[in-house]
Amino acid sequence: MTGKIVVDELFAWYDDREVLKGISLEIKANRVTAIIGPSGCGKSTFIRCLNRMHEIVPGAGTAGKVYLDGRDVYALNPIEVRRRVGMIFQTPNVFPAMSIFQNVAVGLALNGWRRRQELHSTVEKTLSQVGLLEEVAGRLDQPATGLSSGQLQRLCIARTLAVEPEVLLMDEPCSALDPIASFRIEELIRELKQKYTIVIVTHNMQQAARISDYTAFLAQGELIEYGSTPAVFINPKDRRTESYITGRSA
Amino acid sequence: MEAGRIEVRQMANSRIEPKPGHFGRQLKSSVMAVLCASLTMLVLGLLLLVLGYILWRGLPGLSLDFFTKPPAPVGMRGGGLAHAIAGSFILMGLACLLGIPWGVGIGIFLAEYARKGFFGEAVRFLVDVLSGVPSITIGIFVYTVIVVRMKNFSALAGGVALGIIMVPLVARNTEGILRLVPQGLREAGLSLGLPFWKVTLFLVLPSAARGIVIGITLAGAGVAGEAAPLFFTSLNNNFWSVNLLEPVSSLPMEIFRYATAPFAAWHELAWTGALVLIGIVILVMLLARLFLPGFEIRR
Repeated sequence: MTGKIVVDELFAWYDDREVLKGISLEIKANRVTAIIGPSGCGKSTFIRCLNRMHEIVPGAGTAGKVYLDGRDVYALNPIEVRRRVGMIFQTPNVFPAMSIFQNVAVGLALNGWRRRQELHSTVEKTLSQVGLLEEVAGRLDQPATGLSSGQLQRLCIARTLAVEPEVLLMDEPCSALDPIASFRIEELIRELKQKYTIVIVTHNMQQAARISDYTAFLAQGELIEYGSTPAVFINPKDRRTESYITGRSA
Repeated sequence: MEAGRIEVRQMANSRIEPKPGHFGRQLKSSVMAVLCASLTMLVLGLLLLVLGYILWRGLPGLSLDFFTKPPAPVGMRGGGLAHAIAGSFILMGLACLLGIPWGVGIGIFLAEYARKGFFGEAVRFLVDVLSGVPSITIGIFVYTVIVVRMKNFSALAGGVALGIIMVPLVARNTEGILRLVPQGLREAGLSLGLPFWKVTLFLVLPSAARGIVIGITLAGAGVAGEAAPLFFTSLNNNFWSVNLLEPVSSLPMEIFRYATAPFAAWHELAWTGALVLIGIVILVMLLARLFLPGFEIRR
């Protein structure tokens, strides 16, 4: 079985600054793949290339191939790609003008779903998937901004799940959260991998070790090491990987 | 541990000696604070003076008749400015009809589609130039384009002139407010597989609605008091008229006419007209601030 996502010689840049220098790897379906590496090594840029979010920045460009289920995403409509490959960001960017319900339903509602009944059942299903349904019961029509950071991040995950993606890209989803809220997200990631393929960027080595099945170590825009998480953490092949995960140097 | 505590106690007991130049800096800081405060007071004082004087002169003439009756014949007391109030509302309605969609559209274009690049900069520059064009020039422009061709002064021409004056104000304000909307909000929308125009229209714009509407009311308030462009366009009308193709009266034009006339009763009407004009502007701005929801956006 080949990977859910296959990346082949991917280059990416902002204006004249090259950020990714030829990355090739395969991301397995229904597994959690962690992307680790020092700040500025291109982790975020890498996952943003997977759902074509990189190109929305003026001056940004890519070369190389990214295949989703064997099809080149750069030959598909970016809107279709992003619907199939959802993204969670570092800050929980809920829509401030909308209620909790609307925040979850927005992706569907703006894509032409009009039937209130269907919207309701989808919103309830995804909110219970992220464990928010009981916490926000009775205040679905209130603004989302009243929730805690951890709840907001789970709301963002519910919003992404509502459009039924196949892959979830997470860009440091826990770095703005306290340890308890982070732990809930980690639990959620473990549950979600039954249904979704997950790629997570993280600065937290323990988190990567806890939740991921595969780990990729990037440094200065290059893929240094990629393998099963235990192999990378217990028995790193590259000296740079070892010194990074043990905190000795970038 | 014990030694450390003693040290801290000693530090707390010892007086902190001011460094050289300390008092000079304190003095400069105080002088600046007093200067800023007194300049603010001066401006606020002037504003209160103007408002107070208009209230004092205009309030006696304020009555139900003022809002419901046309002016009394020359030399007679009483009568109102109903025709001018209606005319001002017609002109403002027309101006908004033209200025809001056009201005907001340009603002969206500048903030979302042409943030960088030569064309965007060119448009931005031209919009700034337009906002610097004297309003009387815009009046002459509309006179040649509409009034001369239709061979008639009209409410329509006046509304178009005021609308054109509103466009650059609304456009630049809308752009500024939209630029404050964090990029993360757009990315969140795009990552849901929504097309860019839907993200702009249904996610970004509503988040910025309050700021945009407040900008529109400010621009509207600015043109509500314009008289210069109306001399060439809607002119004036002594009678009640709601025909868009006929000349129409307006509060600024009537204030000008009554204030420069040699009758005391007309002067009184002019003062009351000024009061009503200010009242309408303040009312609209207050309503916008009170009833538009403001959103706290997480960055």
